[in-house]
Amino acid sequence: MAGIGLTSPASPPAVPPRRRRRGWHSLAARRLAYQVVAVGAVVALFAYLFGNAADALRRQGIASGFDYLWTEAGFGIGEGLISFSPSDNYLRAFLVGLGNTFKVSVVAVLAATAIGFVVGLMRLSANLGVANLAGAYVELFRNTPQLLQIILWYWLITRLPGPRQALSLAPGLWLSNRGVAFAWPASHPGWTVAGLALLAAVVLSVLAWLWAGRRQRATGRRPRLGWPVAAMLIGLPVLGWLAGGMPTAIDQPVLRGFNFRGGGSFSPEFTALFLGLSLYIGAFIAEIVRSGLQSVGRGQIDAALSLGLARGQIYRLILLPQAMRVMVPPACAQYVSLVKNSSLAVAIGYPEIVNVSNTTLGQTGHVVEAIVMMSAVYLAISFVISALMNWYNRAVLIKER
Amino acid sequence: MAAWLKRNFFSSPLSTALTVALVALAVWLGPRLVDWALVGAVFRTADPEDCRKATGACWAVIAEKHRVMLFGTYPYDQHWRGLVAVALIFAMMLASTVRAFWSWRLLLAWVAAMAAALALQFGGFLGLPHVPTTRWGGLPLTMLLFLGTVAGGVPLAIVLALGRRSDLPAIRMLSIGYIETIRGVPLVNVLFMASLMIPLFLPEGVNFDKLLRAQVGMILFFAAYAAEVVRGGLQAVPRGQYEAADSLGASTWDRTVRIVLPQALRIVIPPLVNDIIRAFKNTSLLLIIGLFDVLGGTMAALEDPNWSRFYAEAYLFVAAIYFVVCFSMSQYSQRLETSLARGRNF
Repeated sequence: MAGIGLTSPASPPAVPPRRRRRGWHSLAARRLAYQVVAVGAVVALFAYLFGNAADALRRQGIASGFDYLWTEAGFGIGEGLISFSPSDNYLRAFLVGLGNTFKVSVVAVLAATAIGFVVGLMRLSANLGVANLAGAYVELFRNTPQLLQIILWYWLITRLPGPRQALSLAPGLWLSNRGVAFAWPASHPGWTVAGLALLAAVVLSVLAWLWAGRRQRATGRRPRLGWPVAAMLIGLPVLGWLAGGMPTAIDQPVLRGFNFRGGGSFSPEFTALFLGLSLYIGAFIAEIVRSGLQSVGRGQIDAALSLGLARGQIYRLILLPQAMRVMVPPACAQYVSLVKNSSLAVAIGYPEIVNVSNTTLGQTGHVVEAIVMMSAVYLAISFVISALMNWYNRAVLIKER
Repeated sequence: MAAWLKRNFFSSPLSTALTVALVALAVWLGPRLVDWALVGAVFRTADPEDCRKATGACWAVIAEKHRVMLFGTYPYDQHWRGLVAVALIFAMMLASTVRAFWSWRLLLAWVAAMAAALALQFGGFLGLPHVPTTRWGGLPLTMLLFLGTVAGGVPLAIVLALGRRSDLPAIRMLSIGYIETIRGVPLVNVLFMASLMIPLFLPEGVNFDKLLRAQVGMILFFAAYAAEVVRGGLQAVPRGQYEAADSLGASTWDRTVRIVLPQALRIVIPPLVNDIIRAFKNTSLLLIIGLFDVLGGTMAALEDPNWSRFYAEAYLFVAAIYFVVCFSMSQYSQRLETSLARGRNF
């Protein structure tokens, strides 16, 4: 080896006639062989495992397949977006669990984002007290297991005084060992109209934002839409509420028997899981927000200051758009993690998808089917969130020539 | 001093207001906290009635129940074996933080320490009674499963990461499929698979220890995440290193094992520690499949109705154990990151 490349032979060595190599010595054949062996081994393993499973199920007299989904479940579910009674089938139970997973995930994602932004900004505060308080929160919540936090929240809530001695956090907001009870507008068609108007206003604002971007690219001047859009977002729902008959009745939670009736309520399980998910993931998002804002070069801020931009403008126009590019991918990973960690609810009995599936597989013995179904749900959610993130990433990519 | 105070606490009206609010909070909360945690607290008593009468915390629940919390259902008079095993593991973890010790000898020492810890837990020699794995619990169980996860997971992660970077399409697809599937589902799901599906998938009569099933689940889950970290390290090794290896006529094996991997692993140690911290926190999920890890042991201890009202103290104790281990590991990983980054030329 030592002499290679250092001495050049006087005459080029005779090149051996090129010969197509066959058999094991051909690279292509070896590559093919490796892959065939790998795939073959995986297929054989799966065939072996599923063969054993089929045998075991046959011995236990369990017919594999998804037919069991249409049989009566026979167990109750504490809460859900759609109604459920023990005489409903397993498929409906699964859908109730799915709805509960979505419910807690959506609310917790919003709360975790809000917590993350506030705490992340606090950590960058010039005030050392505020920065250290935020730092302590982040370290405390990141360095203890999430399951421990959820269980601690659950024990805290279920050992509160009963509804008769409920703690009043604010007018119309009660906290007791039955969870949270709060005042909520009494159902009225007017609220539906207002809600639809709000939805329309959001859609219109997005369209206006897209249009403004197009105008900016075409003319170099961005239409000033801030006030009109804000007026629309507030005005349309108000108009809808006026048109819908101006409902003003508020449904107050009232103590009747051993629990609150009326108003809105969150069960202890939901509340504990919500706190556990949003406070834990919020600590991670705070770190993402902090590193995102820190990633924007100091020169950007200096340049903005020298242009005479106000503090708020610097945040909104210079810092955030650039920081978002850094923040969105890891934040999406945290959102996926939040949705998956909602499965920890199985330890406290919030009826989300894993909990319901666990009951189902215990009752029916359809272990493989139930696990496949819940895995499919999580895979689909993870896939959708990462697809959205990739779309966003492409949209905000620095356009380089 | 005055300038420092002004800069850090009173730089603007908002900052001043925040400082005032924080001081007010501290004045209100501080004495109450001290009273609850120290002044009014009961530190030692065998009678829960003493705690009921006290105004503060009942730390006595820890003194009273720490055996169940820390060792689960392990035979009471054999708890010292678990204690020795845990002490051995922590000593090894401390020793591993010293970079001067990083060599194959440390790896050998780890193998020996793990073997000794496992042997102590199993027993059945030198007059130590045999203890079946069904009775293992508490901190020894947590630590052994945690280390088993890392020891089994890192090699699998390296294989998966290399597979994902392979130029053989079938190998690449298999690796991607595995990594993305596992990363797409919760650990609870993987643990259910391991504890419920493995017995189903094995031929009749083959029995697979419950603890081992949990260990398999933890390894499979950890490896998928760690593989992505290792892949990041592989991608950070410059192309020139591959080309230089090729031009020297190194085989694919030599290029991977002697040139690329050593450089890649050096880069990934700090982010890998973050995954390892997560693996440690994830050991708490063992209670979901019915194993008595530290958290499971604590919940079992709190089933005693006399003491269950002092759950907060007990859970804070467990949280403190996790916090000390996780926080030190994360501080260490940050220090390591800066010291490893020094003297790297790319």
